[in-house]
Amino acid sequence: MPAESSTIAQLGPQIRSGTTSSEGLTRACLERIDAANPELHAFITVLADEAIAQARTADREIASGHYRGPLHGVPISLKDLLDVEGVATTAASHVRDGHVAETDAVTVARLREAGAVFVGKCNLHEFAFGTTNEESAYGPAKHPLDPTRSPGGSSGGSAVSVAAGMAYASIGTDTGGSIRIPSAACGLVGLKPAFGEVEVDGVVPLSWSLDHVGPLCRSVADAAILHDVLRGSTPRPEATPRHSAITLGIPRAYFLDRLDAGVAAAFEATCARLRESGVVLQDVHIPHASDAGPMYLHIVLAEAAAYHAHTLETRPEAYQPDVRLRLEMGRYVLAEDYVRALRGQQVLRREVDDALVGLDGLLLPTLAIPAPVRGTTAVRLGDTDEPIRGAMLRLTQPFNISGHPALTIPCGLTPEGLPAGAQFVGHRDRTAALLQVGRSVESVVWPDGFSVVAR
Amino acid sequence: MRTYNRPVTLAAWLEAALADADARNLPALRPLLDNLARSTAALRAAEWNSDASGNRPTPPKADAR
Repeated sequence: MPAESSTIAQLGPQIRSGTTSSEGLTRACLERIDAANPELHAFITVLADEAIAQARTADREIASGHYRGPLHGVPISLKDLLDVEGVATTAASHVRDGHVAETDAVTVARLREAGAVFVGKCNLHEFAFGTTNEESAYGPAKHPLDPTRSPGGSSGGSAVSVAAGMAYASIGTDTGGSIRIPSAACGLVGLKPAFGEVEVDGVVPLSWSLDHVGPLCRSVADAAILHDVLRGSTPRPEATPRHSAITLGIPRAYFLDRLDAGVAAAFEATCARLRESGVVLQDVHIPHASDAGPMYLHIVLAEAAAYHAHTLETRPEAYQPDVRLRLEMGRYVLAEDYVRALRGQQVLRREVDDALVGLDGLLLPTLAIPAPVRGTTAVRLGDTDEPIRGAMLRLTQPFNISGHPALTIPCGLTPEGLPAGAQFVGHRDRTAALLQVGRSVESVVWPDGFSVVAR
Repeated sequence: MRTYNRPVTLAAWLEAALADADARNLPALRPLLDNLARSTAALRAAEWNSDASGNRPTPPKADAR
Protein backbone atom coordinates (compact mmCIF):
# COMPACT_ATOMS: atom_id res chain seq x y z
CA MET A 1 0.00 0.00 0.00
CA PRO A 2 1.48 3.42 -0.90
CA ALA A 3 2.62 5.46 2.10
CA GLU A 4 0.07 8.21 1.44
CA SER A 5 -2.80 5.76 1.88
CA SER A 6 -1.37 3.92 4.90
CA THR A 7 -3.13 3.98 8.21
CA ILE A 8 -1.58 5.31 11.40
CA ALA A 9 -1.63 1.79 12.85
CA GLN A 10 0.42 0.59 9.86
CA LEU A 11 2.85 3.52 10.01
CA GLY A 12 3.58 3.41 13.72
CA PRO A 13 5.90 0.38 13.72
CA GLN A 14 7.77 1.76 10.68
CA ILE A 15 8.34 5.11 12.36
CA ARG A 16 9.35 3.45 15.62
CA SER A 17 11.86 1.16 13.90
CA GLY A 18 13.32 4.01 11.87
CA THR A 19 12.47 2.44 8.49
CA THR A 20 10.22 5.47 7.85
CA SER A 21 11.05 8.95 9.05
CA SER A 22 8.56 11.48 10.32
CA GLU A 23 10.31 14.17 8.31
CA GLY A 24 9.93 12.18 5.10
CA LEU A 25 6.23 11.56 5.73
CA THR A 26 5.68 15.19 6.65
CA ARG A 27 7.46 16.54 3.57
CA ALA A 28 5.40 14.22 1.37
CA CYS A 29 2.18 15.51 2.94
CA LEU A 30 3.31 19.10 2.45
CA GLU A 31 4.10 18.38 -1.20
CA ARG A 32 0.61 17.00 -1.71
CA ILE A 33 -0.84 20.07 0.00
CA ASP A 34 1.18 22.32 -2.32
CA ALA A 35 -0.06 20.40 -5.35
CA ALA A 36 -3.75 20.00 -4.52
CA ASN A 37 -4.73 22.67 -2.01
CA PRO A 38 -5.08 25.51 -4.53
CA GLU A 39 -7.98 23.59 -6.09
CA LEU A 40 -9.42 21.64 -3.17
CA HIS A 41 -9.20 24.37 -0.46
CA ALA A 42 -8.66 21.78 2.24
CA PHE A 43 -6.40 24.00 4.34
CA ILE A 44 -6.75 27.57 5.54
CA THR A 45 -3.33 27.65 7.23
CA VAL A 46 -0.42 25.38 6.29
CA LEU A 47 2.15 25.04 9.07
CA ALA A 48 5.02 23.90 6.86
CA ASP A 49 8.01 25.17 8.86
CA GLU A 50 6.49 24.23 12.19
CA ALA A 51 5.59 20.75 10.92
CA ILE A 52 9.11 20.07 9.63
CA ALA A 53 10.54 21.19 12.98
CA GLN A 54 8.10 18.95 14.87
CA ALA A 55 8.95 16.01 12.59
CA ARG A 56 12.69 16.45 13.08
CA THR A 57 12.20 16.55 16.83
CA ALA A 58 10.13 13.36 16.62
CA ASP A 59 12.81 11.60 14.58
CA ARG A 60 15.51 12.63 17.08
CA GLU A 61 13.44 11.51 20.07
CA ILE A 62 12.60 8.15 18.51
CA ALA A 63 16.22 7.55 17.49
CA SER A 64 17.29 8.20 21.07
CA GLY A 65 14.78 5.67 22.40
CA HIS A 66 12.07 8.09 23.55
CA TYR A 67 9.05 6.73 21.68
CA ARG A 68 5.84 8.43 22.77
CA GLY A 69 3.34 6.06 21.16
CA PRO A 70 1.49 5.33 17.92
CA LEU A 71 0.94 9.00 17.01
CA HIS A 72 4.59 9.93 17.43
CA GLY A 73 5.84 11.55 14.24
CA VAL A 74 2.53 11.13 12.37
CA PRO A 75 1.42 14.15 10.27
CA ILE A 76 -2.17 15.11 11.01
CA SER A 77 -4.38 18.13 10.36
CA LEU A 78 -6.73 20.08 12.63
CA LYS A 79 -10.08 21.68 11.86
CA ASP A 80 -9.61 25.43 12.13
CA LEU A 81 -11.85 25.63 15.17
CA LEU A 82 -9.15 24.22 17.46
CA ASP A 83 -6.67 26.60 19.07
CA VAL A 84 -2.98 26.08 18.37
CA GLU A 85 -0.71 28.36 20.36
CA GLY A 86 0.60 31.24 18.25
CA VAL A 87 -1.63 30.42 15.26
CA ALA A 88 -4.88 32.03 14.10
CA THR A 89 -8.12 30.14 14.69
CA THR A 90 -10.15 31.49 11.79
CA ALA A 91 -13.31 29.37 12.06
CA ALA A 92 -13.39 30.05 8.28
CA SER A 93 -14.72 33.52 9.06
CA HIS A 94 -13.60 37.11 8.67
CA VAL A 95 -15.17 37.66 12.09
CA ARG A 96 -11.94 36.11 13.42
CA ASP A 97 -9.54 38.24 11.37
CA GLY A 98 -6.51 39.10 13.47
CA HIS A 99 -7.07 36.35 16.03
CA VAL A 100 -4.05 34.47 17.37
CA ALA A 101 -4.52 31.70 19.93
CA GLU A 102 -2.62 32.21 23.17
CA THR A 103 -2.57 28.54 24.17
CA ASP A 104 -3.29 25.13 22.71
CA ALA A 105 -6.77 23.67 23.05
CA VAL A 106 -6.75 20.82 25.59
CA THR A 107 -7.03 18.29 22.78
CA VAL A 108 -4.25 19.93 20.76
CA ALA A 109 -1.97 19.87 23.81
CA ARG A 110 -2.66 16.15 24.21
CA LEU A 111 -1.91 15.47 20.56
CA ARG A 112 1.30 17.52 20.85
CA GLU A 113 2.32 15.53 23.94
CA ALA A 114 1.68 12.32 21.98
CA GLY A 115 4.16 13.51 19.35
CA ALA A 116 1.73 14.26 16.51
CA VAL A 117 2.93 16.61 13.77
CA PHE A 118 0.50 19.38 12.76
CA VAL A 119 0.70 20.06 9.02
CA GLY A 120 -2.03 22.68 9.07
CA LYS A 121 -5.47 23.88 9.94
CA CYS A 122 -8.38 22.86 7.77
CA ASN A 123 -11.22 24.61 6.05
CA LEU A 124 -14.76 24.27 7.36
CA HIS A 125 -18.26 25.63 6.95
CA GLU A 126 -18.05 29.04 8.64
CA PHE A 127 -18.21 28.59 12.42
CA ALA A 128 -19.17 24.94 11.75
CA PHE A 129 -22.71 26.14 10.99
CA GLY A 130 -23.46 24.15 7.85
CA THR A 131 -23.14 20.76 6.20
CA THR A 132 -21.59 21.47 2.80
CA ASN A 133 -18.47 23.55 3.51
CA GLU A 134 -19.61 25.97 0.78
CA GLU A 135 -19.93 29.00 3.05
CA SER A 136 -16.34 29.69 4.07
CA ALA A 137 -14.45 32.97 3.97
CA TYR A 138 -11.61 30.98 2.38
CA GLY A 139 -13.58 29.41 -0.46
CA PRO A 140 -15.43 26.11 -0.59
CA ALA A 141 -13.60 22.88 0.18
CA LYS A 142 -14.07 20.50 -2.75
CA HIS A 143 -14.55 16.74 -2.88
CA PRO A 144 -11.27 15.03 -3.84
CA LEU A 145 -12.96 12.45 -6.08
CA ASP A 146 -15.11 15.03 -7.89
CA PRO A 147 -14.34 18.70 -7.27
CA THR A 148 -17.77 19.74 -8.54
CA ARG A 149 -19.15 18.16 -5.36
CA SER A 150 -19.10 19.10 -1.70
CA PRO A 151 -17.02 16.90 0.63
CA GLY A 152 -19.71 17.40 3.26
CA GLY A 153 -19.24 19.44 6.38
CA SER A 154 -18.74 21.13 8.51
CA SER A 155 -15.35 19.41 8.87
CA GLY A 156 -15.06 19.28 5.08
CA GLY A 157 -11.46 20.42 4.78
CA SER A 158 -10.45 17.85 7.38
CA ALA A 159 -12.02 15.05 5.37
CA VAL A 160 -10.42 16.27 2.14
CA SER A 161 -7.00 16.44 3.80
CA VAL A 162 -7.18 12.77 4.80
CA ALA A 163 -8.87 11.49 1.64
CA ALA A 164 -6.38 13.34 -0.60
CA GLY A 165 -3.30 12.10 1.26
CA MET A 166 -2.39 15.48 2.76
CA ALA A 167 -2.55 14.13 6.32
CA TYR A 168 -2.97 10.71 7.95
CA ALA A 169 -5.88 11.85 10.11
CA SER A 170 -7.64 15.02 11.12
CA ILE A 171 -9.36 16.25 14.23
CA GLY A 172 -12.81 17.69 13.67
CA THR A 173 -15.90 18.71 15.58
CA ASP A 174 -19.42 17.32 15.39
CA THR A 175 -22.50 19.24 16.54
CA GLY A 176 -25.08 17.65 14.23
CA GLY A 177 -22.89 15.28 12.22
CA SER A 178 -19.91 17.39 11.19
CA ILE A 179 -17.36 14.58 11.63
CA ARG A 180 -19.55 11.72 10.40
CA ILE A 181 -21.10 13.50 7.39
CA PRO A 182 -17.83 14.42 5.61
CA SER A 183 -16.26 11.12 6.65
CA ALA A 184 -19.11 9.23 4.99
CA ALA A 185 -19.08 11.50 1.93
CA CYS A 186 -15.32 11.05 1.45
CA GLY A 187 -14.98 7.33 2.32
CA LEU A 188 -13.37 7.71 5.75
CA VAL A 189 -13.87 6.46 9.26
CA GLY A 190 -15.18 9.16 11.61
CA LEU A 191 -15.85 9.01 15.34
CA LYS A 192 -18.11 11.24 17.42
CA PRO A 193 -17.26 10.18 20.97
CA ALA A 194 -19.81 10.23 23.77
CA PHE A 195 -20.88 13.72 24.86
CA GLY A 196 -18.46 15.22 27.38
CA GLU A 197 -15.86 12.51 26.90
CA VAL A 198 -13.37 14.73 25.05
CA GLU A 199 -12.63 18.22 26.36
CA VAL A 200 -13.85 21.13 24.24
CA ASP A 201 -11.78 23.85 25.97
CA GLY A 202 -9.99 25.85 23.29
CA VAL A 203 -12.43 24.84 20.57
CA VAL A 204 -14.71 27.52 19.06
CA PRO A 205 -18.23 26.48 20.11
CA LEU A 206 -21.34 26.14 17.99
CA SER A 207 -23.67 24.67 20.61
CA TRP A 208 -22.44 23.82 24.10
CA SER A 209 -25.10 21.13 24.57
CA LEU A 210 -24.27 19.32 21.33
CA ASP A 211 -20.58 19.93 20.47
CA HIS A 212 -18.17 16.98 20.30
CA VAL A 213 -14.49 16.68 19.23
CA GLY A 214 -13.24 13.56 17.43
CA PRO A 215 -11.16 12.08 14.62
CA LEU A 216 -11.58 11.58 10.87
CA CYS A 217 -9.22 8.84 9.71
CA ARG A 218 -8.70 5.72 7.56
CA SER A 219 -9.47 2.84 9.89
CA VAL A 220 -11.25 2.04 13.13
CA ALA A 221 -7.87 1.17 14.67
CA ASP A 222 -6.73 4.71 13.89
CA ALA A 223 -9.91 6.13 15.42
CA ALA A 224 -9.15 4.17 18.61
CA ILE A 225 -5.57 5.49 18.72
CA LEU A 226 -6.75 9.08 18.30
CA HIS A 227 -9.65 8.66 20.72
CA ASP A 228 -7.27 7.47 23.44
CA VAL A 229 -5.04 10.51 22.94
CA LEU A 230 -7.91 13.00 22.69
CA ARG A 231 -9.46 11.85 25.95
CA GLY A 232 -6.09 11.71 27.67
CA SER A 233 -6.13 8.01 28.43
CA THR A 234 -3.57 5.25 28.10
CA PRO A 235 -4.06 3.03 25.04
CA ARG A 236 -5.82 -0.20 25.93
CA PRO A 237 -5.06 -3.71 24.72
CA GLU A 238 -7.34 -4.42 21.80
CA ALA A 239 -10.00 -7.07 22.16
CA THR A 240 -12.02 -7.50 19.00
CA PRO A 241 -15.27 -9.42 19.57
CA ARG A 242 -16.13 -12.40 17.37
CA HIS A 243 -18.68 -11.59 14.68
CA SER A 244 -21.07 -14.24 15.94
CA ALA A 245 -21.07 -12.56 19.35
CA ILE A 246 -22.28 -9.23 18.00
CA THR A 247 -25.92 -8.18 17.95
CA LEU A 248 -26.90 -4.87 16.36
CA GLY A 249 -30.24 -3.10 16.21
CA ILE A 250 -31.48 -1.40 13.06
CA PRO A 251 -33.89 1.49 13.75
CA ARG A 252 -35.71 1.30 10.41
CA ALA A 253 -38.53 3.77 11.06
CA TYR A 254 -37.35 7.33 10.32
CA PHE A 255 -33.72 6.35 9.69
CA LEU A 256 -34.32 4.19 6.60
CA ASP A 257 -37.47 5.94 5.38
CA ARG A 258 -35.92 8.29 2.82
CA LEU A 259 -32.54 7.30 1.34
CA ASP A 260 -30.83 7.77 -1.99
CA ALA A 261 -31.19 4.48 -3.87
CA GLY A 262 -27.41 3.99 -4.16
CA VAL A 263 -26.88 4.65 -0.46
CA ALA A 264 -29.71 2.26 0.43
CA ALA A 265 -28.22 -0.48 -1.77
CA ALA A 266 -24.76 -0.08 -0.23
CA PHE A 267 -26.23 -0.18 3.27
CA GLU A 268 -28.34 -3.28 2.60
CA ALA A 269 -25.33 -5.03 1.02
CA THR A 270 -23.36 -4.30 4.18
CA CYS A 271 -26.16 -5.71 6.32
CA ALA A 272 -26.13 -8.87 4.20
CA ARG A 273 -22.37 -9.30 4.61
CA LEU A 274 -22.63 -8.83 8.34
CA ARG A 275 -25.43 -11.40 8.60
CA GLU A 276 -23.38 -13.88 6.54
CA SER A 277 -20.47 -13.43 8.96
CA GLY A 278 -22.67 -14.25 11.94
CA VAL A 279 -23.60 -10.80 13.18
CA VAL A 280 -27.17 -10.80 14.45
CA LEU A 281 -29.29 -7.90 13.19
CA GLN A 282 -32.68 -7.09 14.67
CA ASP A 283 -35.09 -4.22 14.24
CA VAL A 284 -35.46 -1.64 17.02
CA HIS A 285 -37.55 1.50 17.41
CA ILE A 286 -36.74 5.00 18.67
CA PRO A 287 -40.20 6.56 19.04
CA HIS A 288 -39.21 10.24 19.02
CA ALA A 289 -36.43 10.07 16.43
CA SER A 290 -38.62 12.09 14.07
CA ASP A 291 -38.67 14.94 16.62
CA ALA A 292 -34.88 15.23 16.52
CA GLY A 293 -34.98 17.95 13.85
CA PRO A 294 -37.10 20.43 15.86
CA MET A 295 -35.14 19.65 19.04
CA TYR A 296 -31.83 20.16 17.27
CA LEU A 297 -32.89 23.38 15.58
CA HIS A 298 -34.05 25.07 18.78
CA ILE A 299 -30.99 24.04 20.79
CA VAL A 300 -28.37 24.88 18.19
CA LEU A 301 -29.99 28.15 17.11
CA ALA A 302 -30.43 29.47 20.64
CA GLU A 303 -26.93 28.54 21.79
CA ALA A 304 -25.21 29.74 18.61
CA ALA A 305 -27.11 33.04 18.82
CA ALA A 306 -25.90 33.51 22.39
CA TYR A 307 -22.28 33.03 21.31
CA HIS A 308 -22.57 35.26 18.23
CA ALA A 309 -24.87 38.00 19.54
CA HIS A 310 -22.20 40.67 19.99
CA THR A 311 -20.54 40.20 16.59
CA LEU A 312 -23.92 39.96 14.86
CA GLU A 313 -24.66 43.40 16.25
CA THR A 314 -21.28 44.96 15.61
CA ARG A 315 -19.87 43.23 12.50
CA PRO A 316 -22.68 41.46 10.65
CA GLU A 317 -21.00 42.05 7.30
CA ALA A 318 -18.04 39.89 8.39
CA TYR A 319 -20.18 36.73 8.21
CA GLN A 320 -21.01 34.76 5.09
CA PRO A 321 -24.53 35.97 4.20
CA ASP A 322 -26.44 32.71 4.71
CA VAL A 323 -24.58 31.85 7.93
CA ARG A 324 -25.42 35.30 9.27
CA LEU A 325 -29.10 34.76 8.45
CA ARG A 326 -29.20 31.40 10.25
CA LEU A 327 -27.55 32.97 13.29
CA GLU A 328 -30.00 35.88 13.17
CA MET A 329 -32.84 33.33 13.11
CA GLY A 330 -31.55 32.03 16.44
CA ARG A 331 -32.18 35.38 18.07
CA TYR A 332 -35.91 34.87 17.62
CA VAL A 333 -36.10 31.51 19.44
CA LEU A 334 -38.19 31.88 22.59
CA ALA A 335 -36.74 30.69 25.89
CA GLU A 336 -39.78 28.46 26.44
CA ASP A 337 -39.10 26.63 23.17
CA TYR A 338 -35.43 26.16 24.02
CA VAL A 339 -36.57 24.56 27.28
CA ARG A 340 -39.03 22.33 25.42
CA ALA A 341 -36.16 21.15 23.20
CA LEU A 342 -33.95 20.42 26.22
CA ARG A 343 -36.75 18.37 27.78
CA GLY A 344 -37.10 16.50 24.51
CA GLN A 345 -33.37 15.82 24.62
CA GLN A 346 -33.88 13.85 27.83
CA VAL A 347 -36.68 11.85 26.22
CA LEU A 348 -34.60 10.99 23.17
CA ARG A 349 -31.59 10.05 25.34
CA ARG A 350 -33.71 7.57 27.31
CA GLU A 351 -35.20 6.12 24.14
CA VAL A 352 -31.78 5.49 22.57
CA ASP A 353 -30.68 3.90 25.87
CA ASP A 354 -33.77 1.67 25.74
CA ALA A 355 -33.17 0.72 22.11
CA LEU A 356 -29.64 -0.39 23.01
CA VAL A 357 -30.64 -2.73 25.84
CA GLY A 358 -29.20 -6.17 25.14
CA LEU A 359 -27.40 -4.98 22.02
CA ASP A 360 -23.81 -4.14 21.14
CA GLY A 361 -24.89 -1.14 19.10
CA LEU A 362 -27.26 0.32 16.55
CA LEU A 363 -26.63 0.14 12.80
CA LEU A 364 -27.98 2.67 10.32
CA PRO A 365 -26.78 4.70 7.33
CA THR A 366 -24.68 7.76 8.13
CA LEU A 367 -25.69 10.05 5.30
CA ALA A 368 -28.93 9.70 3.33
CA ILE A 369 -27.36 10.96 0.11
CA PRO A 370 -23.94 10.79 -1.56
CA ALA A 371 -21.75 13.90 -1.69
CA PRO A 372 -23.98 16.56 -3.29
CA VAL A 373 -23.03 18.74 -6.23
CA ARG A 374 -22.01 22.13 -4.87
CA GLY A 375 -24.78 24.69 -5.13
CA THR A 376 -27.54 22.13 -4.67
CA THR A 377 -30.21 23.42 -2.31
CA ALA A 378 -32.64 20.49 -2.35
CA VAL A 379 -32.57 16.81 -3.15
CA ARG A 380 -35.39 14.54 -4.31
CA LEU A 381 -35.76 11.39 -2.22
CA GLY A 382 -38.66 9.21 -3.27
CA ASP A 383 -41.49 11.60 -4.01
CA THR A 384 -40.27 14.31 -1.65
CA ASP A 385 -38.00 17.30 -2.22
CA GLU A 386 -35.91 17.81 0.91
CA PRO A 387 -33.62 20.77 1.71
CA ILE A 388 -30.01 19.63 1.41
CA ARG A 389 -29.16 20.68 4.97
CA GLY A 390 -31.95 18.59 6.47
CA ALA A 391 -31.16 15.61 4.26
CA MET A 392 -27.52 15.66 5.38
CA LEU A 393 -28.22 16.08 9.11
CA ARG A 394 -31.21 13.79 9.46
CA LEU A 395 -29.41 10.55 10.39
CA THR A 396 -26.61 11.94 12.55
CA GLN A 397 -28.13 14.73 14.67
CA PRO A 398 -30.26 12.42 16.86
CA PHE A 399 -27.06 11.14 18.48
CA ASN A 400 -25.68 14.62 19.13
CA ILE A 401 -28.90 15.24 20.99
CA SER A 402 -28.78 11.93 22.86
CA GLY A 403 -25.01 12.11 23.45
CA HIS A 404 -24.33 8.49 22.45
CA PRO A 405 -21.02 7.70 20.72
CA ALA A 406 -21.35 7.15 16.97
CA LEU A 407 -18.89 5.81 14.42
CA THR A 408 -19.11 5.87 10.63
CA ILE A 409 -17.36 3.28 8.48
CA PRO A 410 -17.30 3.23 4.66
CA CYS A 411 -19.90 0.76 3.38
CA GLY A 412 -19.35 0.85 -0.36
CA LEU A 413 -19.82 3.07 -3.36
CA THR A 414 -22.94 4.35 -5.08
CA PRO A 415 -23.38 3.72 -8.82
CA GLU A 416 -21.73 7.10 -9.54
CA GLY A 417 -18.65 5.95 -7.59
CA LEU A 418 -19.22 8.04 -4.47
CA PRO A 419 -18.70 6.63 -0.96
CA ALA A 420 -21.53 5.72 1.39
CA GLY A 421 -21.19 5.25 5.13
CA ALA A 422 -22.65 2.92 7.76
CA GLN A 423 -23.15 4.39 11.22
CA PHE A 424 -22.73 2.43 14.45
CA VAL A 425 -24.08 3.86 17.70
CA GLY A 426 -22.88 2.60 21.07
CA HIS A 427 -23.91 2.77 24.70
CA ARG A 428 -23.40 6.21 26.25
CA ASP A 429 -20.49 5.33 28.51
CA ARG A 430 -18.84 2.78 26.24
CA THR A 431 -17.09 4.39 23.28
CA ALA A 432 -14.22 1.91 23.57
CA ALA A 433 -16.65 -0.99 23.25
CA LEU A 434 -18.19 0.68 20.18
CA LEU A 435 -14.72 0.92 18.63
CA GLN A 436 -14.16 -2.79 19.26
CA VAL A 437 -17.43 -3.60 17.49
CA GLY A 438 -16.34 -1.27 14.71
CA ARG A 439 -13.05 -3.11 14.28
CA SER A 440 -14.84 -6.41 14.04
CA VAL A 441 -17.34 -5.05 11.52
CA GLU A 442 -14.61 -3.37 9.49
CA SER A 443 -12.82 -6.72 9.14
CA VAL A 444 -15.99 -8.19 7.62
CA VAL A 445 -16.85 -5.31 5.32
CA TRP A 446 -13.28 -4.50 4.27
CA PRO A 447 -11.07 -7.56 4.90
CA ASP A 448 -8.30 -6.03 2.79
CA GLY A 449 -8.76 -2.47 4.02
CA PHE A 450 -10.59 0.36 2.29
CA SER A 451 -8.99 3.36 0.69
CA VAL A 452 -10.34 6.16 -1.43
CA VAL A 453 -7.16 8.25 -1.19
CA ALA A 454 -7.35 10.39 -4.31
CA ARG A 455 -4.19 11.12 -6.27
CA MET B 1 -53.82 51.04 33.16
CA ARG B 2 -53.43 49.30 29.82
CA THR B 3 -54.83 45.84 29.35
CA TYR B 4 -53.20 43.20 27.17
CA ASN B 5 -55.70 40.83 25.63
CA ARG B 6 -53.60 39.34 22.91
CA PRO B 7 -52.08 35.97 23.85
CA VAL B 8 -48.53 35.21 22.75
CA THR B 9 -49.47 32.48 20.31
CA LEU B 10 -47.08 31.05 17.78
CA ALA B 11 -48.88 33.00 15.08
CA ALA B 12 -48.47 36.25 17.04
CA TRP B 13 -44.80 35.48 17.62
CA LEU B 14 -44.25 34.85 13.92
CA GLU B 15 -46.07 38.02 12.92
CA ALA B 16 -43.88 40.05 15.27
CA ALA B 17 -40.71 38.32 14.13
CA LEU B 18 -41.48 38.93 10.46
CA ALA B 19 -42.24 42.57 11.15
CA ASP B 20 -38.98 42.89 13.03
CA ALA B 21 -37.05 41.29 10.16
CA ASP B 22 -38.64 43.76 7.75
CA ALA B 23 -37.82 46.67 10.06
CA ARG B 24 -34.21 45.51 10.15
CA ASN B 25 -34.13 45.35 6.36
CA LEU B 26 -33.56 41.59 6.42
CA PRO B 27 -36.26 40.30 4.05
CA ALA B 28 -34.18 37.16 3.40
CA LEU B 29 -34.90 36.18 6.98
CA ARG B 30 -38.61 35.75 6.24
CA PRO B 31 -38.49 32.20 4.81
CA LEU B 32 -36.16 31.10 7.60
CA LEU B 33 -38.59 32.40 10.22
CA ASP B 34 -41.45 30.62 8.47
CA ASN B 35 -39.45 27.39 8.65
CA LEU B 36 -38.61 28.03 12.29
CA ALA B 37 -42.30 28.54 13.07
CA ARG B 38 -43.16 25.19 11.48
CA SER B 39 -40.41 23.52 13.50
CA THR B 40 -41.59 25.24 16.69
CA ALA B 41 -45.15 24.04 16.05
CA ALA B 42 -43.84 20.48 15.82
CA LEU B 43 -41.81 20.92 18.99
CA ARG B 44 -44.81 22.25 20.92
CA ALA B 45 -46.98 19.39 19.68
CA ALA B 46 -44.71 16.73 21.19
CA GLU B 47 -46.38 14.82 24.01
CA TRP B 48 -43.51 15.24 26.46
CA ASN B 49 -44.61 18.83 26.98
CA SER B 50 -46.64 19.40 30.13
CA ASP B 51 -49.29 22.02 30.88
CA ALA B 52 -50.10 23.98 34.04
CA SER B 53 -53.74 22.90 33.79
CA GLY B 54 -52.68 19.32 34.31
CA ASN B 55 -53.91 18.43 30.84
CA ARG B 56 -51.80 17.78 27.81
CA PRO B 57 -51.36 20.95 25.75
CA THR B 58 -53.37 21.38 22.62
CA PRO B 59 -50.96 21.02 19.73
CA PRO B 60 -50.61 24.24 17.76
CA LYS B 61 -51.55 24.11 14.12
CA ALA B 62 -48.75 22.80 11.92
CA ASP B 63 -49.03 25.93 9.82
CA ALA B 64 -48.52 28.59 12.44
CA ARG B 65 -49.73 31.27 10.09
